[in-house]
Amino acid sequence: MLSAIIALAVLAVIFGLALGYAAVRFKVEGDPLVEKIDALLPQTQCGQCTFPGCRPYAEAIAKGDADINQCPPGGETTIIALADLLGRDPKPLNPENGEEKPKRVAVIDEQVCIGCTLCIQACPVDAILGAAKHMHTVIAQECTGCDLCVPPCPVDCIDMVNIKPTVSTWGWDYPTPLPENLARLANQTNETSPPPKRNSSEPEATGVAETTKVASGGKQ
Amino acid sequence: MMRRLFNFQGGVKLREHKRESTQSPVIPANIPKTLILPLQQHIGSPAVATVNVGDKVLKGQVVAQAKGNVSVPVHAPTSGKVAAIGKHNIPHPSGLQSTCIIIETDGMDIERRQKSRFVNHKDLSPEQLRELIRQSGIVGLGGAGFPSHLKLSAERNRVKTLILNGAECEPYITCDEMLMREQAIEVIEGLNIMRHALQAPRCIIAIENNKPEALKEIKLAVKHNNLDFVEVVQVPTVYPAGGEKQLIQTVTGKQVPAQGLPIDIGVVCHNVGTAYAISRAVEHGEPLVSRYVTVAGSVAKARVLEVLIGTPVSDLIEECGGNRKTLSRVIMGGPMMGFALHNDDVPVIKTTNCILVNSSIADVPLPSRSKHALPCIRCGACSDACPVGLLPQQLYWHTRAKEFDKVQDYHLFDCIECGCCDYVCPSHIPLVQYYRYAKNTIWQQDREKKLSDISRQRHEFHKQRLEREKRERAERHKKKRQAVTADAAQDDKKAAIQAAMERARKKRETTNTMPKNTEQLTEQQQKHITEIDQRREKAPGPRTES
Repeated sequence: MLSAIIALAVLAVIFGLALGYAAVRFKVEGDPLVEKIDALLPQTQCGQCTFPGCRPYAEAIAKGDADINQCPPGGETTIIALADLLGRDPKPLNPENGEEKPKRVAVIDEQVCIGCTLCIQACPVDAILGAAKHMHTVIAQECTGCDLCVPPCPVDCIDMVNIKPTVSTWGWDYPTPLPENLARLANQTNETSPPPKRNSSEPEATGVAETTKVASGGKQ
Repeated sequence: MMRRLFNFQGGVKLREHKRESTQSPVIPANIPKTLILPLQQHIGSPAVATVNVGDKVLKGQVVAQAKGNVSVPVHAPTSGKVAAIGKHNIPHPSGLQSTCIIIETDGMDIERRQKSRFVNHKDLSPEQLRELIRQSGIVGLGGAGFPSHLKLSAERNRVKTLILNGAECEPYITCDEMLMREQAIEVIEGLNIMRHALQAPRCIIAIENNKPEALKEIKLAVKHNNLDFVEVVQVPTVYPAGGEKQLIQTVTGKQVPAQGLPIDIGVVCHNVGTAYAISRAVEHGEPLVSRYVTVAGSVAKARVLEVLIGTPVSDLIEECGGNRKTLSRVIMGGPMMGFALHNDDVPVIKTTNCILVNSSIADVPLPSRSKHALPCIRCGACSDACPVGLLPQQLYWHTRAKEFDKVQDYHLFDCIECGCCDYVCPSHIPLVQYYRYAKNTIWQQDREKKLSDISRQRHEFHKQRLEREKRERAERHKKKRQAVTADAAQDDKKAAIQAAMERARKKRETTNTMPKNTEQLTEQQQKHITEIDQRREKAPGPRTES
């Protein structure tokens, strides 16, 4: 009886020490999920998600206060990545937060700029260079295209310009989508009165068109 | 001794269309009125222009200097005057413009004064050779345009085999075949130099078996030079036998590891055109200013020309009897891997091997790259044709679903974009375009990821800076407040006020003047003043105190 109690007590002490050591040794700093979500966000810091920056939005997603479809600069890619990470279904971008636009960069019309420093204060990544009563300019490589410098400008001298592709950044387009081709072919078959054999295969063809819209479709 | 050959899987048999352009000997093309020299004709960083508008240049003079290690200089192909340095259309699938040096030729073709460079390459060290090859602006002339000096480094004697690629497997292209037929001795000389630079023990020259004359000439040249370490091999005519990795597999039986380089298995592969250019550079001191180009398709006289780099494509088409007005499409490169030009005023560059003219009158039969795509029927023909052993269908599905991580699991980046899957697809699906799209998107995402990491850092710093400024401001205010309340400061101020009052009083006494508006008041004014004084007395406050 006594030996059993002693044995259990000793075991409890050993396990307690082991657990206590593990709690110290393997302590996780902060919430790792927030880090992971933050890594997927585009870091534009534009606030279109209604949160003051990407990290607060990541924290809100981790807590469950915000949905994953509130980031217009990230667009579809970010939503798919977030859905993958969190094991949720991707959903279209919430139109209340804005729409996905091509990447842009702020350009200051230096002839008009009065050197008020308001845009410098608004820039979340310190990408505007200048001093009071001196001309300002945007460091284009650092600009995230967040639009935050546009409203404070008292003389409206900041324009958001689409970034033009250069030879090194240009990429091939996505090929013409299949449904268009099928629609065209369907029109052709309707115009030229098809032989009876073809007639029977027609509904099949349209059926294929519908299934192939889903990537996993196209089964024959 | 016959060498045992190995097969690579897949590949397709294509109609060659090579006879048309191999009937007449190679002649130099006319010197055009203007030459357009893009600063980037190679993989790597663009060269930097070293001439100014209005400068006179001589043939072979450097007009743009290499920048960084992965770069080569650009030379003037003939004598003339620099007319402009600016944006011009370049041969690129995007149809975008890039910086070019535009030279107005004078037709005299005066060469720059040569230094005494007629040296034996054996006297030069491999390093000196590489530098000479680099200064001569030589890049891989097979199509990729990778600076050749980087592929000639003999690091730790890793190179066991040097393969000279004379397979030229794409239809219509014949420039390498004509080069081997007409300049076999120079090609072998170039091979010798490359071997010296690489310190490679053995060399193999691989030629497709549809070029018997080229094979004969090369064999003769090897025999004439008594080179026992060189082996000339005939490889079967299967597209893409000329692909670097496919050729290495055919000749050595070894596979280049996925996403690796041939050097990983001790092989280096160079094009025969590069060998010729190296021979001209080392033995004759001529930089790369011209190359062999096939002009084929809907032209009256399809042939191979020796063309100055920078010659506009339109000039070449006209010289070969093509009609610029009836052009429907001009392809640079072959029908399988080439790209359609947006404009025919683009220049021939170092990597241009073929100009394939398609006119609206006589259409050239090209493999299907049509927009008549139909749904995939999962026949698997693409997997059978793929020379790399990939699963094109899986790549296609995942690209369509935009699952770019899964596309990479299926080794997208080992795709050589040869177009075999495209060619055999019964549904005419433009598969290669899907793969190119996927590759570009992945690169784009990588770039954006890097940028977003920088943005995050900058934003964190921004927040820290704001906090620091806030703290500093608060500290400053605190100090000021302390200074104001300190006794010493108080006394100083009081003393100053006292002194000022004293001064005012003295002044009043000495001048004995009072403010005029307190004398000779009317009764009404006096009444008004007393009213105000009474009101002041009633209202307690700092004003009445003073």
